[in-house]
Amino acid sequence: MSAMIEVSNAEKTFTMHLQGGVQLPVVRGVSFKVDAGECVVLAGPSGAGKSSILKMMFGNYRCDSGRIGIRHQGVQIDLAKAEPRQILSVRRSTIGYVSQFLRAVPRVAAIDVVAEPLIASGVARTRAREQAGSLLRCLNIPERLWALPPSTFSGGEQQRVNIARGFISDLPILLLDEPTASLDAANRAVVVNMIDEKKRAGVAMVAIVHDDEIRHLIADRVVDVTSFAAAA
Amino acid sequence: MVERESEDRDQPLLTAEGLGKSYGRLTACRDIAFALYPGEVLAIVGESGSGKSTLLQMLSAQLAPSAGRVSYRMRDGVMRDLAALGEAERRFLFRTDWGYVHQDPALGLRMAVSAGANVGERLMAVGWNHYGRIRDTATSWLERVEIDTDRIDDAPRTYSGGMRQRLQIARNLVTQPRLVFMDEPTGGLDVSVQARLLDLMRNLVGELDLAAIVVTHDLAVARLLSHRLMVMKGGRVIEAGLTDQVLDDPREPYTQLLVSSILPV
Amino acid sequence: MNAPAYNFAYLDEQTKRMIRRAILKAIAIPGYQVPFASREMPMPYGWGTGGVQVTAAILGPADVLKVIDQGSDDTTNAISIRKFFAKTAGVATTTSTADATVIQTRHRIPEAPLHSGQVLVYQVPIPEPLRFLEPRETETRRMHALGEYGLMHVKLYEDIARFGHIATSYAYPVKVNARYVMDPSPTPKFDNPKMDHCPALQLFGAGREKRIYAIPPHTSVVSLDFEDHPFTRYRFDAPCALCGAGDSYLDEIVTDDKGSRMFVCSDTDYCETRQKRGHLGSESAAPHKEKLHG
Repeated sequence: MSAMIEVSNAEKTFTMHLQGGVQLPVVRGVSFKVDAGECVVLAGPSGAGKSSILKMMFGNYRCDSGRIGIRHQGVQIDLAKAEPRQILSVRRSTIGYVSQFLRAVPRVAAIDVVAEPLIASGVARTRAREQAGSLLRCLNIPERLWALPPSTFSGGEQQRVNIARGFISDLPILLLDEPTASLDAANRAVVVNMIDEKKRAGVAMVAIVHDDEIRHLIADRVVDVTSFAAAA
Repeated sequence: MVERESEDRDQPLLTAEGLGKSYGRLTACRDIAFALYPGEVLAIVGESGSGKSTLLQMLSAQLAPSAGRVSYRMRDGVMRDLAALGEAERRFLFRTDWGYVHQDPALGLRMAVSAGANVGERLMAVGWNHYGRIRDTATSWLERVEIDTDRIDDAPRTYSGGMRQRLQIARNLVTQPRLVFMDEPTGGLDVSVQARLLDLMRNLVGELDLAAIVVTHDLAVARLLSHRLMVMKGGRVIEAGLTDQVLDDPREPYTQLLVSSILPV
Repeated sequence: MNAPAYNFAYLDEQTKRMIRRAILKAIAIPGYQVPFASREMPMPYGWGTGGVQVTAAILGPADVLKVIDQGSDDTTNAISIRKFFAKTAGVATTTSTADATVIQTRHRIPEAPLHSGQVLVYQVPIPEPLRFLEPRETETRRMHALGEYGLMHVKLYEDIARFGHIATSYAYPVKVNARYVMDPSPTPKFDNPKMDHCPALQLFGAGREKRIYAIPPHTSVVSLDFEDHPFTRYRFDAPCALCGAGDSYLDEIVTDDKGSRMFVCSDTDYCETRQKRGHLGSESAAPHKEKLHG
């Protein structure tokens, strides 16, 4: 059975034209696989390129070379070479991304922020909002906050809204960037549970976690990205 | 959600091939090529003089290209070269399957005629002949764009800028177009008014499954509304991709300049 | 006797030929406004020069001419124009609708039904029905060419929104031969039904705007409306005070400075003909209110 994710020799370098064209290599030779139901954790020091790898897998950062193999609707595609349309389709039905900081459209109520991915995939608004509500409840966001835009929330609350949004639909691949940072112990446990559930449901996950304990709890495999660090 | 034929979605709605416009030795636009699919929002970003407005005019068949062509898939599924459409067909298209939102709402509205008549005009133009139904439809559209329905009989001359713009949107959407062109839709509005308008547009585009081409110089508008982005400079497209790609990972020097020029708030 | 300086009916033959060509074209395209080279006439614009040029182009020595203004043969303008043609064409003139072969009119259609062989010539100030909503001539020409008449309905919609009913009471737009929308000139909407399938030829002349249009005999002329606000004629509450007619368009005449008024037929010939036949009304009727029905 082929892997859900198969990254091979991906490379990325930033060229800062405004700073005289200085080149900032990010990663080089990135290769690893992830199967369904597996959680792979990317480990390494700050600045090693972990977030960048995640973003390349989501199509947010473009690859300079190499391959980002994704199993999308039963077919292996290379996200690095995919048409923008296809990437949109992949994001809609295959890959979910929980970023490190919540980046939500301003002025939209938290419950609608969480419900949006479901609505986009065709679920009726009322049902989507119900599901969003139960997820928020799981994550201990009180109901009185649901109608408010998350920009007024604390960091931890925003992160939990972010997680709810990422976890609400049935996407077969999830990318998680520091899902438990800024959460207290109780909520960390909730998130670990949610990750476990997803694993059992066969979701392939790639996560970045600094906390050793969490890493221990969720990682099936750890990939050390220092080996991918590009020469300075 | 508006239901559209599923086969539709794999066929492009609008394509531009080798599109260009010159005035003598002055080239306003050149080598523009892209395909727009149903439900996609494409933002064309660039500074003054980049050629983006000229491009929008060509894409909406208001200006004949000097080179290349624009094709549109009509409701019957046939891909047609816009230059080959007869005038009657083009005008009909403009009034039914397309919308065009001007930067200055006065250009897209009849200022001396009531709001209800403004929204109802397109319906009457396609043969609606029942006053009650026209008025009810106009009323529900005013609600949808958050205009107080008590103002249905007032002329837009009496409206604020933001209301006029929302009325212009209602007027364009009443015939359920599949493609909407927008030229700096929030230009000239107060920031808070802009925000409300953008939220409205974002929701409507999603609910109605609209494809849209939005010309703007404001990257925040592009980020909020569009899936894809084209950056224009000197009449050419210098970078294109998904909106978040271009804004988070800009590659071209000019794009990096644009992105870094946004003042953080 | 006629001053020998005038050509028959004042206009030179070449001009008449040009106008006749325009008329033929207009008849071939019912309701379509045909541009023509309007000439300088011995009366200013706004005094019926369009109608006069059309009449001048079609008059023949055997014709019998009637001229009415607001239904009356004896207003200053009607008399003026009638004398003009009597002098320059030497044709017989009449006040009787039934006896006339050419009837030039300002703002009314005669009550007596017209018959085939007659020509009704209307004086038109603004020929373009869309003008008040769309000031650009380039646009209105396109709208007519493409049959885009949504804007006309906008005007009717506005009326209903503002007044609760279609308030246009004269110059009420009509669709001719199911194709062109036309302004019937400032005749009261009361007269619109008379235009439909009329056995006479109807010609319209606008001198200042330089347009001629026509409705051939037996052509459909339908007043624009909405399904739920259909076109209605209105009827007056009381009959004519002089002849008792219950179906004609009435003028209001103030009879003293104490508020008394009476309503009499606007069409003087119709009224007088009825009176001669013995129909009489109560001479001074109490004030009546107009009401829409029928």
